[in-house]
Amino acid sequence: MSTVLAGLKYSESHEWVKIIEGNIVLVGITDFAQSQLGAIVFVDMPDVGAKIVAEDEFGAVESVKAASDLISPVTGTVIAVNEDLVGEPELINEDAYGAWILKVAVDDMSELDNLLDKAGYEKISK
Amino acid sequence: MVTYDKLIFELSAPGRRAYSLPKPFVKGYAMTELPAALRRKTDLLLPEVSELDVTRHYSNISRKNFGIETGFYPLGSCTMKYNPKLGEEIAALPGFANIHPLQPAGSVQGALMVYDELQKLLAEISGLACFSLNPYAGAHGELVGLMIMKAYHERRGDWRRTKVIVPDSAHGTNPASATVAGMQAVEIRSNPDGRVDLAALKAALGDDIAGMMLTNPNTLGMFENDICEITRLVHEAGGLMYYDGANLNAILGKARPGDMGFDIIHINLHKTFATPHGGGGPGSGPVGVTRELCEFLPNPQVKASDGHYYVFESAEAIGRISAFYGNFRVWLKAYVYILSLGRENLKALGGLATLNANYVKESLKDDYELPIAGVCMHECVFDGLKDKSTGVRTLDVAKRLLDYGFHAPTIYFPLLFPQSIMIEPTETESKQTLDAFIATMIKIAREAAETPELVKTAPHTTPISRIDEVMAAKKMILSYKDYLEDRDKQGEN
Repeated sequence: MSTVLAGLKYSESHEWVKIIEGNIVLVGITDFAQSQLGAIVFVDMPDVGAKIVAEDEFGAVESVKAASDLISPVTGTVIAVNEDLVGEPELINEDAYGAWILKVAVDDMSELDNLLDKAGYEKISK
Repeated sequence: MVTYDKLIFELSAPGRRAYSLPKPFVKGYAMTELPAALRRKTDLLLPEVSELDVTRHYSNISRKNFGIETGFYPLGSCTMKYNPKLGEEIAALPGFANIHPLQPAGSVQGALMVYDELQKLLAEISGLACFSLNPYAGAHGELVGLMIMKAYHERRGDWRRTKVIVPDSAHGTNPASATVAGMQAVEIRSNPDGRVDLAALKAALGDDIAGMMLTNPNTLGMFENDICEITRLVHEAGGLMYYDGANLNAILGKARPGDMGFDIIHINLHKTFATPHGGGGPGSGPVGVTRELCEFLPNPQVKASDGHYYVFESAEAIGRISAFYGNFRVWLKAYVYILSLGRENLKALGGLATLNANYVKESLKDDYELPIAGVCMHECVFDGLKDKSTGVRTLDVAKRLLDYGFHAPTIYFPLLFPQSIMIEPTETESKQTLDAFIATMIKIAREAAETPELVKTAPHTTPISRIDEVMAAKKMILSYKDYLEDRDKQGEN
């Protein structure tokens, strides 16, 4: 069974958001998402400084099974991408909540209220 | 059996040779007349081998191949039916094999007649008005069809229509073609029956929609029962309907995309019309359109008039999408197939394909998870083994099938189910073959319960065992040079 952590926010398209401080958040894909994808071989990430928009795609993950779009759970500016994933995309398989993909400065933090909490996400990730 | 894995260059021994070149059929030219600047200054780096070396090499290589002529090939969505030898025979006739696309039309009237007659046959079969045979394959046909869709809206001065609706069950080529054509794909979800959700479609329609791409029957092998309502809604919103002909085999001669309200279609000759495919082709993806879109078809075009066939370029066309006329000898084989089967037999073919798929579906549903019950069309989709507790996944089942001499079905597609297994037996397989396949699938389900490790580590009898797919994706060895470099590096470590 896949893990869902308390304290994180989740999108229906299986991304998680973790607040670091203020309006700075980390974005990744859930343990359920990585288990469905299987061994991940490539992560396509936006450039630092790029604007991302909630519910729009911001990149893609490619596994041995399929390539899937990454859908942004928030609107804001990318302030860092996880460079470790370039050489070792399998980090997501090993620890989906540790292997963040983007660090984002969110425009409007109230947007996070639209996302699911642990209980809400558990319902759709069985 | 000892595994043979040599390249012909590795057999080369200096001075060994064996060749007898055929007599040139073009007369009046001598190589020595070529200007010095065009002649080679160094020797060709060809392998130096005897006739026996060559014969053994290719015999051994061919034994590692698996094709429709080796065994059952139930690759869903690919329609791997038998390719009759008659087509090969006709396509090899010197009058067809030795012509050149730059010859004057007057000297290739027969070839142009085949073009004209095949496009008319396809028009009758599909219910569309006119065809171009130029696209080289299915995805190329999709691109050409969408270019026509785009040109249609732009010529009317309607520049807002930049979006194309595709259902979530669509072939991956559909959204890809929309993107390459400079449009944006909008995905809509399927309903629980695996068909287009009309509410989701209505919500997506608007004055920015150029059209919708649909496969019918869809990739789940389900006929879109609401098809007339779907085409009506899209037309009402000002869009065009695109038919992805990948699954035309199932409804051939029974229902016509043109009658369902489609405006543009492509047909995969290499699927429905039994021309060889796999290993990269060659395919052929003729595009057909309604009367009002005929002017958009790409150049060059072929027209008949007074018993003669002409090649011309139309100013209204979307332009050229191929160097010449497409894959001529592929259409030749499709033409032979259509004429040798005839109207009655073409009609029977989809029914037999559907019967075969349903036979497989009903025989396997106790051991494999059937997510959508009911009658399917030409293919059926399972969501992995019914018993998920063994940890044996769809990939393992597919690999284990190889041990029993079957080609694997399509796996992990469609994307609607996490463990999709998509089986398309086609009409050319006998009940005996299907029974052997069914028995093997049931046996694998039993193995998964009793000896899961055996299945998880399959295949065991193929020249190459389980491939490390992550390594294959991350560390690509694409040439002999790369292979040698890698081998030397491994040697050093």
